[in-house]
Amino acid sequence: MECYLDNSATTRVLEEAAELAKSVMLKDYGNPSSLHNMGFNAEKYIKKADEIFAGILKCSPKNIIFTSGGTESNNTAIIGTAIFKKSRGRHLITTPFEHPAVSRVMKFLEGQGFEVDYLDVDPEGFIDLEQLEDLIREDTILVSLMHVNNEIGTVEPISEAGEIIHKKNPDCLFHVDDIQGFGKLPLNPKACHIDLLSASSHKLHGPKGVGLLYMSDRTHISPIIFGGGQMQGLRSGTENVPGIAGFSKAAEMIFDGLDEKILNMRTLREGFIEELKKIPDVFINGPKDPAKAAPHIVSASVKDVRAEVLLHALEDKGIYVSSGSACSSNRKTVSESLKAIGAPDWAHESTVRFSFSCFTVKEELDYTISVLNEIIPQLRKFVRR
Amino acid sequence: MFQAYLIKYGEIGVKGKNRYVFEDALVTQIRSNLRRIQGEFKVSKINGRIFVHTLSEYDYDQMIDILTHIFGIVGVCPVQVIQDHTIEGIRNAAVDYVRNNYEEKDFSFKVDTRRPNKAYPLTSMEVDAQVGEAVLGAFPSLHVDVHNPEVLIHIELRREDIYIYSKEIKGPGGMPVGTNGKALLLLSGGIDSPVAGYMVAKRGVHIDAVYFHAPPYTSERAKQKVIDLAKIVSRYAGIIYLHIINFTDIQLYIYDKCPHDELTIIMRRYMMKIAQTIAERNECLGLITGESIGQVASQTMKSLFATDDACTIPVYRPLIGFDKQEIIDRSKQIGAYETSILPYEDCCTIFVAKHPVTKPNLNIIKKSELNLTEKIDAMVEEALAADEIVIVGKDY
Repeated sequence: MECYLDNSATTRVLEEAAELAKSVMLKDYGNPSSLHNMGFNAEKYIKKADEIFAGILKCSPKNIIFTSGGTESNNTAIIGTAIFKKSRGRHLITTPFEHPAVSRVMKFLEGQGFEVDYLDVDPEGFIDLEQLEDLIREDTILVSLMHVNNEIGTVEPISEAGEIIHKKNPDCLFHVDDIQGFGKLPLNPKACHIDLLSASSHKLHGPKGVGLLYMSDRTHISPIIFGGGQMQGLRSGTENVPGIAGFSKAAEMIFDGLDEKILNMRTLREGFIEELKKIPDVFINGPKDPAKAAPHIVSASVKDVRAEVLLHALEDKGIYVSSGSACSSNRKTVSESLKAIGAPDWAHESTVRFSFSCFTVKEELDYTISVLNEIIPQLRKFVRR
Repeated sequence: MFQAYLIKYGEIGVKGKNRYVFEDALVTQIRSNLRRIQGEFKVSKINGRIFVHTLSEYDYDQMIDILTHIFGIVGVCPVQVIQDHTIEGIRNAAVDYVRNNYEEKDFSFKVDTRRPNKAYPLTSMEVDAQVGEAVLGAFPSLHVDVHNPEVLIHIELRREDIYIYSKEIKGPGGMPVGTNGKALLLLSGGIDSPVAGYMVAKRGVHIDAVYFHAPPYTSERAKQKVIDLAKIVSRYAGIIYLHIINFTDIQLYIYDKCPHDELTIIMRRYMMKIAQTIAERNECLGLITGESIGQVASQTMKSLFATDDACTIPVYRPLIGFDKQEIIDRSKQIGAYETSILPYEDCCTIFVAKHPVTKPNLNIIKKSELNLTEKIDAMVEEALAADEIVIVGKDY
C-alpha cells in the first residue's frame, strides 16, 4: 500500500488541473502580452483565474498578482513593503518560527538596517497577542505572521492579530503567510485586516512554480522584479499561463465543499492522534485543542527513534512522511518551531510530520498506525548505548 | 581544431620486454574511455608512439578531459595535420599555427623537425631553418633561442602526414589501468576511500568496489552519493563494478550480541570478511581501504591489527601515512571532495559507541565474536547472495 502523508511538502496535481495546464501549453500557448488572438486567448486564462481567486478571497481581481510560488510571494510582500515604506519606518514584527521564505528575508532586512522583533510563542505554538500590541510602534511598517505553522500545525489567531494591528497603528501593513493554510482553512483577508497574503499552488494539488500574492486596496509596495510590467507592474515576466490556469482549476475544485473536507480531515486527524498516543512514548506537538490546530498536520515526537531512520523505515513500507530536521553526523539542522515551543532536546532528532490532504482516507491512516506499531518497537531495540 | 593528439607516456617506456603489454593496455584504455564522448576516433601505435586521430567532429574540452584522466599518460600534445606537403605548405602552415595558437607573440622559440620519412627532399636541419625563417618573418617580435626556447615547435615528417605541434597538456601519470591486476575498494561515502581507490588505480590496478548499505539507517541518497563517488573514480580508473551489500541485519545482530564499545571493530572485521569473499569471487588480488593511522578509533595501530586479522588477502592502505588535510587536498584535486562532503552521511551513529575501544585486544574481540556463532555465517552468506551490482563509468 502506498500512503503519501507528506502533503505539506507538496501534493499530487489534480488530473483536471494537469489536463488544463497541458492544453494551455499545447493549444493556447500565446503570450498574454501579444496583440493578436493567440495572446488574447491566453490572457483569458489569467482573467478566469483572477475571478476564481477573487471569489475565494472575497476581493476584487485587481487585488491579486500571480508569482512563481510561495517563496516569491513572501519575498515580494516583505521586501516590497520594506523598500516602499523605509522612509516612514524601519521596524518589523514576526514570529520566531516562520518558514525560511520569511525568516531569511527578515534576516536580510536586519542586515540592511531594519529592526525586527520576534514574538514569543507558548508551548503549543501560539503567539502572544498582548506582546504583539506592546511591540507595535509608530514606525512599525509590517507585521508578518504565518496562518498555519508548517511543522506543528498551530493555527495562529490571525483575526485577533489583525484587529490589534489595525487599532494600534492603522498605517502598519499586515502580511500573512498562508502557504500551509490556503485550501485547508478558510481565511477572509478583508475581515481580518490583512493587507498581504501569500499562497502557493502546489500545496493544494496545483502545479509547482506558481503562487499568488493578495494585496488589499490600500496596499502599495515596491516591485522586486522589474521588466515588462506584467501583473500591474508588480511582478514582471511573461505570465506562467499553464501554471496559473492549473492553479486556478485546482483551487476551484479544492475550495468546492471545503467545509466538509475540513470536517473529514479533522475526524481523520483526531482518530489518528488517538491511535498514536497509544504507542508508548509518542508525543504530539502543537495545540491540545484540536479546533485550534490545522486539520491536516500531525507532528509526533517518537522517543528513542531517530526521525530519519523512522522516515526511511516507513518509506520501506510505502509510507512517505517528513522529518523535522535532516540527520547527519556532521551537520545538524534544528527545527525552529520545536525550538520556539521549548521542545526537549531529544525531540529535535525524533520528530516526524504526517500531513494529510482532502484525499487522504482512513485505510491509509489505519495502515500507517499498524506499521508504526510494528516498527517503532523494532527500532527502539537499537538505540545508541 | 586539432586533427590528432600525440600521447606521451612515462614509466611504460622503461618496462623492457613487457613494454608492448603496457602500450597495448594504454591504447585499450584510451579507446574505451573515448567511447564515453561523441565522435569517431582512431587510436594507434605508430613507431613506438601513441596517436589519437579524430575522424569526425568532436568537442575539444571533452577530448582533453578524457585524455588527461587516463593513467599512464604524462602529456597530451594537440597536433595539427599539414595537408600541403611541399616546403612552402609547411612554412605557411607553421605561420598559421603560431598565429592561431599564441595570442601574445613575444616568446622565444625553436623548431625541431623529426623525419621518419627519409624520402622527404629536405633534411630535418633544412626544414628547421626554413620554418624558423618563415615564422620569424611573419612575427618579427619573436626571437629564436636554440638552447632554452619558451616554445618548441615540433614538425614531424611522416610518409602519410606531416604534423605540427608545440603544446603539451599534463596527464595524471601512473600506469595504464589493467596492467597490474585487480583489487577491491571498500568505498564509503567519505573523503578517504575515493582517494585511496584513485591512488591504487594510478599504479595500473583495475578497481572493483564494495559499499555496505544499511537501510533504513542509511538512505537511498547516501547510496546514490557512493555511486556518484564511484563514478568520479571511474573517470580515471575505467569501468567499476560496484557491489552493494545490505549490511543492516548483520549490524543489528552484532549490536544485539556484542559489547557496544567493540561494535565498530567487529563490524569492520565482518566487512573485511565479506569483502574478501567478493574479492575472491571476482579475481581481485587485494583489498583497498582509505584508512590512515590514528585518524579515528577504528584506525589506531591496534584497531588496524584487529581488522587485518579478519582476512587473509593483502589489504592496501595507500593513505596510511597521510594527514587528513593531505587527503582533503587530494580529494579536491581528483574532483571528489564536493561530493564527499554532501551531508547524507548516515544515521549509523547508533552503531557507534560514545567511547569506542581504541586499543582492542584481539583475543577479547574474538571471544565476543563467539556470541555470533549461531547465525553469523548464514547472515553473511545471505548478504553476499543479495549483492546488488551497479556498473559505473560507461558514460561521460
